[in-house]
Amino acid sequence: MQENSTEKIIENKGFQFADKSVRNDKETFSAEPVGYFKDAWRRFKKNKASLVATIIIGSLILFAVLAPIFSPYTVAYQDDYYKFRTPKNPVFSRMGWDFWDGCSKKTLPEHTFYYYLAMGEETNRTPIKRNEYEKISTDKGEYYSFRLDGYEEIGCVFLSLTNAEYERLQRYQDKTLTQVLYPTTDPALRPDEKINPKLSTDANYWYEYKWITGRDENGATIKQKVLAPVFDENGDFKNIYAKYSGKDSYFSSMRTEGEIPLYDYAIPNQTGVEVRVNYYEYYRYYHLEVLKDGIEEPIFLFGTTQAGKDVFTCLGSGARLSFFLAFTVSLVNMLIGGIYGAFEGYYGGGIDLAMERVSDILNAVPFMIVITLLKMHLGETSQLLVLFIAFFLTGWISMAKRTRMQFYRFKNREYALAARTLGASNTRIMVKHIFPNAIGTIITGSVLSIPATIFSESSLSYLGIINLNTGNMTSVGTLLSNAQPYLTTYPYMILFPAGFICLLMLSFNLFGNGLRDAFNPSLRGVE
Amino acid sequence: MFRYVLKRIGLMFLSFIIIMTACFFLVKMLPLVVNATLGQDAEIAEAQIVARGYRDPILVQYVAYIRRIITQWDWGVGVNMPEYVGQGVWGVFIEKLPPTVLINAYSTLFAVPLGILLGVYAALKKNSWQDHAVSTLVMVLVSAPSYVTAFLVQYLLCFKLGWLPLTMGAGTEYFTWETFRSMLPAVFSLSFGSIAGYARFTRAELTEVLTGEYLLLARAKGLTRRQCVTRHALRNAMVPVFPSVIAEFIAVMSGSLIIEKIFAVPGVGRLYLTAITSLDYDFFMMLSAFYTFIGLVAGIVVDISYGFIDPRIRVGEK
Repeated sequence: MQENSTEKIIENKGFQFADKSVRNDKETFSAEPVGYFKDAWRRFKKNKASLVATIIIGSLILFAVLAPIFSPYTVAYQDDYYKFRTPKNPVFSRMGWDFWDGCSKKTLPEHTFYYYLAMGEETNRTPIKRNEYEKISTDKGEYYSFRLDGYEEIGCVFLSLTNAEYERLQRYQDKTLTQVLYPTTDPALRPDEKINPKLSTDANYWYEYKWITGRDENGATIKQKVLAPVFDENGDFKNIYAKYSGKDSYFSSMRTEGEIPLYDYAIPNQTGVEVRVNYYEYYRYYHLEVLKDGIEEPIFLFGTTQAGKDVFTCLGSGARLSFFLAFTVSLVNMLIGGIYGAFEGYYGGGIDLAMERVSDILNAVPFMIVITLLKMHLGETSQLLVLFIAFFLTGWISMAKRTRMQFYRFKNREYALAARTLGASNTRIMVKHIFPNAIGTIITGSVLSIPATIFSESSLSYLGIINLNTGNMTSVGTLLSNAQPYLTTYPYMILFPAGFICLLMLSFNLFGNGLRDAFNPSLRGVE
Repeated sequence: MFRYVLKRIGLMFLSFIIIMTACFFLVKMLPLVVNATLGQDAEIAEAQIVARGYRDPILVQYVAYIRRIITQWDWGVGVNMPEYVGQGVWGVFIEKLPPTVLINAYSTLFAVPLGILLGVYAALKKNSWQDHAVSTLVMVLVSAPSYVTAFLVQYLLCFKLGWLPLTMGAGTEYFTWETFRSMLPAVFSLSFGSIAGYARFTRAELTEVLTGEYLLLARAKGLTRRQCVTRHALRNAMVPVFPSVIAEFIAVMSGSLIIEKIFAVPGVGRLYLTAITSLDYDFFMMLSAFYTFIGLVAGIVVDISYGFIDPRIRVGEK
C-alpha cells in the first residue's frame, strides 16, 4: 500500500547502456562469502543476553578447571576445628570491609563476650573484629554487639603431642618468632566436668571464673551453668595457669615471663605431652612445617562444610565433574542419536517403524528406574560408570527424534533428488546433502541437553541415589544435600553451590536459545 | 479416530509389558538380600523366602507373579523395610498416595491459571516492558532447578518470615487446615516451574494466534480488542495448551522425589527412595510399574486429546 504512494518514474537521464563487448568473467566478489556458521555467528552476536550467557558459561568452565588446581585445599582436606566457617575473602578482610570477611555480627551475653575478650587478651589474636564492640543494657542483663571472627573464635585448644613434635613446635617458634604454645592451665582448676561437661575440655578458660546461670542470645535462661570471669582489683583477668613443676622441657625463647620459669607449658601424658596451643597459629605451623601442602593460612573463600571441607575446592571439583559428564554425554548422544535418527528418517517405512518402536519403549522407562536397576547390578563401587551408562542408554533418544524429523524434512528436497539422479550413494546424500541442513538443529539440541544432564546428575546425587562422594571426587548435588540440614543455621553453605547451579542452568538456557535463533531464525520466539 | 485410539492403547500396553518384563528379569537376576529381623532365626527367614517362591527359577516366578497380580491384585509383600515387613505392597502404596496427589493437585490448580494468565498478559503487552519482565521471570524460573527454588521457599517463607512450617506435618488427616498449611511450601516450590512453563507456552501460542488474519477480520467487522482476544484468539491459543494441562493432571500422581525429600512429605517418592536403598524388590517393581504406567498414559492422553480438541489435527491418519 505504501509502495504505491511513493512510486516514481525513473528518468533515463543518468543511465547509459553497458558495453556488451567488454565481458568481465574474471571479477571476483569483493565482499567476503558468508558461510552457514558465519551467518549464524552474525545473528548470534546480535543477541546480547546470549552473549553475556556465553561469557558466564566460559567463566564457570574456567572456574571448574582452575579452582581445584590453584586452591591449596583438596576435596579430601578437612579440619575438625574449622567447620561451619563463614566465607572469607582475603581482599575484603584486608581492606577492613564488614562484608565477606569471615566474621558474623553477634549480640552475645556478657559471659560469652568476656570469653572472647579474654582470648584476645592472652594471645593478641582477638576474635572481636578491630576490638570494636557495643554494650547494650537490657532488663535481662548486659549484652555486647560485635563482629565475631569465625577464624579466631576457636582460640586455644588442648592437643596431645609426642615429645618430638613438642620440640619441633618449639624450634618453629624460635625460628619464626610467633607464639603457638601458651602456658597450660592447672588441671585441678579447669571447669568441673560434672557441672558442664562441654566446658571442661575448652582450653580458652585460662582465667579465674565462677559458675553463674547464663542467658543465651534471646535472653532465655540456659539450663546448664556457665562461666563468668572473676577480675582482680584492677579489673584484669586472673590466670589459672599450672605452676612450674620442673617436669616441663620447654626451652623456647618465646617464654615470656623472664628467667625463672613460672608456668608449665606441657603436662606429660601416656604418649607424650598435653599442650595448650593457639589453634590459628598451630594450623599455620602444621601446614607450613609438617604437611608442607601449600596452605599458609586458613582462608576459605566460600566457607567450609559441616565436615570442615573447603566449599570452594569442592564446588570447583564438583563442577568439573558435572561439566565433564555433561559434555561427554552430550557428545556421545549426539553421535549415537544422530546416526540412529538419520537412519530412521532417511530410510523411513518399516525400518523407521521398527527403530521408532525400540526408542519409544526405551523412552517410556523412567530415568530413575534405569539408574536404580543399573546401580543394583553394577554395585556401589562404580557409581560414575553407572551414571554414564544410564545417560548413554536413554539420552540419545531425544537427539534421534530431532534428527529423524530433520531427515524426513530434507530427504525429498530437490537437491537430494538431484544428487540421487547423479548417482550419489545413500551415505553420500545423508552426509553431504542432508546432514549440513540438519546440523543447526542437532547442535542446538545437544547444547540444550548439557544443562539437562547437569540437572539430572545433581538431582541424583542430591537424592543420594548416586553417591559420587568418594576420595578426591564430589558433586554439586552431594554438596547441596550435605548443606540442606543446615539451611537455617548456616545458609551460606548452600548459597554457593545453589548459586552456581542456578547460574549455570540460566546461562546455558539463554545460550541455547540464542544458538537456536541463530541457526534457525524462523523459529525465533517459539519456545 | 477410534481405531487410532485403540491402536495407541494397544501399543501402550505392549510397551508397558515389555518394560515390566525386562524390569522383572533384571531385578530377579540380583542376589536376594535377606535381613532377618531381630529375634528371628536366619533359617526361618530363609524358609519364608522359599515359601514365597523367591528361590524358584525366574520364569516360574514370573508366571506366578503375573498370576497373583491378575487373580488377586497381589503385588507382593515388604521384606526389608522395617516398618513395612510383611505388609502388602499395594496397601502401603495406597496409604502413601494421598499426600503426593494432594500436593501435586494443589500445585497444578495454583500453577495452571496463574501461568496462563501471565502468558496472556505478556502476549497482549508484547514487546513492552511488562512482556520483558514476564519473559525474564519465566527464564529464571524455568532455569532454576526445583531444589534451589525449594531451598529459597524454605529459607525465606518458612524460616526467615516464619509464615509456614518447615516441613510437612505428619499424620493422616490430610484435609485439616494445619496439614494444608504445612503442604503449602511444597506446593509453591512445585508450582514455580509449571507457572513459568505455562506462561511461556501460552505467550508463544497467543502471540502467534494474534497475528492471524481472522483476527484482523474480526476487528474489521467491529469487535473490540477485548472481544477479539477472548472470543477468537484465546480459544485457539488454548488448543495446544490444554492437552498439556490434562497430562499434568495425570502426572500429578507420580510427584517429585526431590520436593518430597526436602519437605519430608510422607508420599510415594519417599517410599520409592527408601525401597531402593533397602533393596526391597517387590516395592521397587510395583512403584516402577506405577511410574512407567503414569508416564505412558500421560503421553497418550496428550496425543489423543490433540485430536479431539483440534479437528485440524488428525494424528496417525495418512
